[in-house]
Amino acid sequence: MKRLSMSVLAFAAATGLAMPVQAQTEIQWWHAFTGRLGELLDAQVAQFNAGQSDYKVVASHKGNYSETLNAGIAAFRAGEQPHLMQVFEVGTATMMAAKGAVRPVYQVMADSGLPFDKDAYIAAVTGYYTTSDGDMLSFPYNASTPVLYVNRDKLTEAGIDPDTDLSTWEKVGPVLDTLKAAGVSCPLATAWQSWVHLEGFSAYHDVPFATKANGFDGFDTELVFNGPVQVAHVAQMGQWAKDGKFIYGGRRNESGANFRGGECALFTESSAGYAGVKKEATFAWDIRNLPYWDNVDAAPQNTIIGGASLWVMEGKPEAEYKGVAAFLDFLSSAEVQAQWHQDTGYLPATTAASDLTQSQGFYAANPGTEIAGIQMTGKPPTANSKGLRLGSFDQIRTIIDEELEAVWAGDKDAQTALDSAVERGNVLLRRFEQANK
Amino acid sequence: MEKRVIFKGLWLPLLLVAPQMVITAVFFFYPAGQAIWQSLFIADPFGLKSQFVGLGNFEYLLADPFYRASFLTTAIFSISVTLVSMGVALYLALLADRLIKGSGTYRTLLIWPYAVAPAVAGVLWMFMFNTRVGVVAWYLGVLGYDWNHVLNEAEAMGLVVVASSWGRISYNFLFFLAGLQAIPRSVIEAAAIDGAHFWTRFRTIVWPLLSPVTFFLLVVNIVYAFFETFGVIHTITSGGPQQATTILVYKVYSDGFVGQDLGSSAAQSVILLGLVGLLTIIQFKFIERKVHY
Repeated sequence: MKRLSMSVLAFAAATGLAMPVQAQTEIQWWHAFTGRLGELLDAQVAQFNAGQSDYKVVASHKGNYSETLNAGIAAFRAGEQPHLMQVFEVGTATMMAAKGAVRPVYQVMADSGLPFDKDAYIAAVTGYYTTSDGDMLSFPYNASTPVLYVNRDKLTEAGIDPDTDLSTWEKVGPVLDTLKAAGVSCPLATAWQSWVHLEGFSAYHDVPFATKANGFDGFDTELVFNGPVQVAHVAQMGQWAKDGKFIYGGRRNESGANFRGGECALFTESSAGYAGVKKEATFAWDIRNLPYWDNVDAAPQNTIIGGASLWVMEGKPEAEYKGVAAFLDFLSSAEVQAQWHQDTGYLPATTAASDLTQSQGFYAANPGTEIAGIQMTGKPPTANSKGLRLGSFDQIRTIIDEELEAVWAGDKDAQTALDSAVERGNVLLRRFEQANK
Repeated sequence: MEKRVIFKGLWLPLLLVAPQMVITAVFFFYPAGQAIWQSLFIADPFGLKSQFVGLGNFEYLLADPFYRASFLTTAIFSISVTLVSMGVALYLALLADRLIKGSGTYRTLLIWPYAVAPAVAGVLWMFMFNTRVGVVAWYLGVLGYDWNHVLNEAEAMGLVVVASSWGRISYNFLFFLAGLQAIPRSVIEAAAIDGAHFWTRFRTIVWPLLSPVTFFLLVVNIVYAFFETFGVIHTITSGGPQQATTILVYKVYSDGFVGQDLGSSAAQSVILLGLVGLLTIIQFKFIERKVHY
């Protein structure tokens, strides 16, 4: 593409044709979306490119989240970085620590002179990607939060009222007993165990996951998710696993296939799983809030988000950052946000988009789609529920996965497993601290 | 007396070995040198800053009980893959060698799995044994066996060993079959006339005459198990459950590309480099002596 426009330029110059005054500036955007999400992303880009003539956003797929991040890092080292990079939430600390490699979004917007009101954004969504002072570091492109999916037919089969209250784990317990007794092979399953049952769980119960406000206040943070609240939950899950009431399918969202196939009764998964369930499920289902422990006074606080945000990379000509700002401004508009939210199940990033979706009647027509938003915004976020900012967090998640697997397999009790995860994770945090001194 | 062909002059021989030397320098010495250099630093992923730590990365690694355990995991994995893939291949080659009709078809079919890339093989096996939707897991369930390699460490190890060996059997089969067919029929026939049964013939004639092939395959398969099984492990278990299938090379990937810890990753590459060098020396020094050429 670049070569083509170069040769067109050369041809024009050689033949002395009149040149247009301004050439289009290309804005490179590397992302990790394929399939339906990739199509929706391309549609946004096409809409932006058609709507103005100064800039042309070029979106390139660079593999999954990890691969996109690695491609971006390698490109930066070679001086070939894109303007915009989609980075998953666990890479936030890595990007933030890379001073000189990234340019904070609030700064890009301020330099561009475009109107940018940080209060227009939903704090619970943007909080993950802001400084302690509330300045936006990266743009929350696709954010989701864990919710509970319910197979209503399975409940009816087991003789349970499908509208039964499942808002707390205390109430979920007896339902699992009944399901198991009725011969349901998969009463409860989960996707992303660390994200749902430790990260989101800690925020939801307003207990710290790590010191220093979950890492927001410094790299000298230490993991503390081996507190009594988390241990009690993991111990209960371990008991349910032992009794065959909680079925472990894998570290990612492997169990999704079993829920969509109608095998599992209850399933804790990202709100962005909505589109997949809607497309495949041939049974009656609905979405509830993620259950919490009623005996924890602070619960329910708010859950935290997952997904990815857009980071602006340093090292491009100053003028091109105006284009980046224009594109981020376009993505922030209520219409674009609302459309994205309704198409994908990702959370809207602005209050205006949420209100627009409401007024368009989308929530009334698609019950359950509003749950995630309500769960996120029910209470203003605290230091424990704003998000997590931990170095090497992708690997720490793997450690948590390993230790939780030991609990599900009955090899370790909850306290031992979480103590061990904390200890092993802290080693990685110290390593990250040293690398970013 | 040994016969040697000696080139006159210096330039022609240098010119002739130059391409090989250049390839070795560019694709081996340069990256290996980079790894050794990087292993002495702790750096941030973007290359913005780095600190010299001397042997700090090695100390950090060897203090990690999971890293030390990974050596044992690698040993179990490599030995199992080598034994399974060579054992099955030899058995199949012995059968194919005795075939009179249809041996061509048989051979072709046996060679097919070699064309399947490790990552694709991994996905195939993962789907067959998937604990919730896998065909094999389902049949095992019918038989009353609860297959669960996402939680059971022994099952996970068994599965990655089988998946890694599967494609390799074809490769080993080809070499074993060629080796068997190179053994003069007359020797075997003479032994048969003397009343030696199949097993005796195998033990006293075939196995010793096959030893150069077996030795070559042993070296090649161990290197394969060390380095090329990454795709299988990545797709099937990602090193889990707990760290039951995290072999050394998988940890290099995981620290380097998931953790972006280049210093630790480089130090592990250096250790691995030394280890494989050592293994190869041992193989050539001690096992090769037993080989009859």
